[in-house]
Amino acid sequence: MNSISLPSTETLELETSDIDHISKPKLSKIDSQLKHETSDIINKSISDEDSETNPDTKEHRKNPYEELKRIRKMSFISTLLIPLVGILVFLSVWHIGAAQVETSLGTLPGPSQVWHQFGGLIQEHKDKRTKELAFYERQDNRNAKKLEKNPDAKIKVRPYTGSPTFFDQIITSLITVMTGFILASLIAIPLGIICGMSAGFYAAMNPLIQVFKPVSPLAWLPLVTIIVSAVVVSNDPTLPKAFIISAVTVTLCSLWPTVINTTIGVSQIDSDLLNVSKVLRLNWITKVRKIVLPSAMPMIFGGLRLSLGIGWMVLIAAEMLAQNPGLGKFVWDEFQNGSSNSLGRIMVAVIVIGLIGYLLDKSMLILQKKVSWDKNAILR
Amino acid sequence: MQNEHLVLTEVTIDFPTDSGPFRALDKVNLNIKKGEFVSLIGHSGCGKSTVLNIVAGLHQATEGGVILDGREVNEPGPERAVVFQNHSLLPWLTTFQNVELAVDQIFKGRKTKAEIKDWIEHNLELVHMSHALNKLPAEISGGMKQRVGIARALAMQPKVLLMDEPFGALDALTRAHLQNSLMEIQETLGNTVIMITHDVDEAVLLSDRIIMMTNGPSATIGEILTIDLDRPRNRIKLADDPHYNHLRSEVLRFLYERHALPEKVA
Repeated sequence: MNSISLPSTETLELETSDIDHISKPKLSKIDSQLKHETSDIINKSISDEDSETNPDTKEHRKNPYEELKRIRKMSFISTLLIPLVGILVFLSVWHIGAAQVETSLGTLPGPSQVWHQFGGLIQEHKDKRTKELAFYERQDNRNAKKLEKNPDAKIKVRPYTGSPTFFDQIITSLITVMTGFILASLIAIPLGIICGMSAGFYAAMNPLIQVFKPVSPLAWLPLVTIIVSAVVVSNDPTLPKAFIISAVTVTLCSLWPTVINTTIGVSQIDSDLLNVSKVLRLNWITKVRKIVLPSAMPMIFGGLRLSLGIGWMVLIAAEMLAQNPGLGKFVWDEFQNGSSNSLGRIMVAVIVIGLIGYLLDKSMLILQKKVSWDKNAILR
Repeated sequence: MQNEHLVLTEVTIDFPTDSGPFRALDKVNLNIKKGEFVSLIGHSGCGKSTVLNIVAGLHQATEGGVILDGREVNEPGPERAVVFQNHSLLPWLTTFQNVELAVDQIFKGRKTKAEIKDWIEHNLELVHMSHALNKLPAEISGGMKQRVGIARALAMQPKVLLMDEPFGALDALTRAHLQNSLMEIQETLGNTVIMITHDVDEAVLLSDRIIMMTNGPSATIGEILTIDLDRPRNRIKLADDPHYNHLRSEVLRFLYERHALPEKVA
């Protein structure tokens, strides 16, 4: 019942390598570098003990405090300095390279112009906010005056209708991606647990998972749009259709990594622990709560991180294509706009999208640390 | 009939393999009395663990069966508690919680919360683990983990305690320590115990009877040796006891002369 043959090794490999892609390469590189350096130090100090031939290094390693300082310095170099060098090299290549490219909208902006555009977007946001505040103030004053004259007067409160700024779009996108992602997790984790525990259920689900997993968000979008438009009839302004469409598309695309990872995680539970559960005759819920979930947790989180990453990418594409509010729409609008600022603004958006994706992954990692029972586990 | 506590009758098991069924055990017959301590000894792959798993209900015999107090065994259950070789504690639960999981499951509704807490602490006391109630398995030594594993099994108040090489992974000193604890506990509680072991000294020291198994495939009981040494037993005194040494050499002779593994396998 609970021994389940793994999905084809192919998917297994695919998933684990996918996890590695997230942030491992960089980190592990640094890590191995650090290890290498420390082991070097240790090896040297060991060899120093029996050979007195090198007075120079000997003197250097006599003091353990100095030694520690040296290791700290090394880790400072590898965790901060080297990445910084990488970024600087990138920026200079960008700076020089961009100046060579002439486009219909002028020269490709370099880092400094993009930074300038970022400042412009902040200013624009501040201006809009001041306008909005002024609008509400005027409206409140007007209404107060009306009420003063006639307490029974009907007052109209109209929302401010200015176009959303870059930062409004960021917030919209974040809310949409989290909604879609949470919805996906709520479906995927239970589904994965059942797939992992029941070989029969897995056999039934596997073809569906394999077929739906590779479907592009661009293919889902028209379907979702039509179905949501048909099903959702209310015109509730707090739950606009565009938001539902984007969120559902995110859900459909980000479901699969979590389903697959949870399935693998659950099916790999130590058989001794399952035997414990059998001997104790634990009921299904206790078994899931006490044994299955904690042991599959690392794999589930691996899946969740992949899902969130995919969800974020899908959302931007969906917003662009469907003109749903969010960062994707911002990029598309700037593209259509074609002003001299547009290229710089799109680049700002690209960098911000990347940074947010990175922060989303980091926050999942922090959440995993919070939830994980093993506080010493090295998460990367 | 009243003497029949745990009876294995013609227990035979075939495992399906690509080249047809593989007969691991062939017609194992065994009758164990209440409160008896029985050891199963034999070379690796002789089906000792399979016998234990069948009694535990984790495996189903192809032919024959197991009867405990007049009822057939066909699924796992807490009246046949298992102490696993690698302790099998849940790494995310503390010592206390690991035992609690078992106690909650078995005494839910029959004991009050305070009684349950007392019972957990009592069982951890038995194995001398009261000092580490709130430690995670990763924070205690291998010997301590195995103690907690034993406490978890004892807390189920099993009719039969099944131990699968419980001390196999421990160093010699820790093992001796735990063997003493186990003798103490068995003295007080009088559980029926079936223990698998590779260790001849351990088998002779602890058991009332030693079941020596022939080599697989189609392994079965080769010989049964009754250990009629007085209890409580003391390992230091026994070391010079001629009868103890005679029994010990009986087991060794069985294992290394009559049923030695062929060279290529060993």
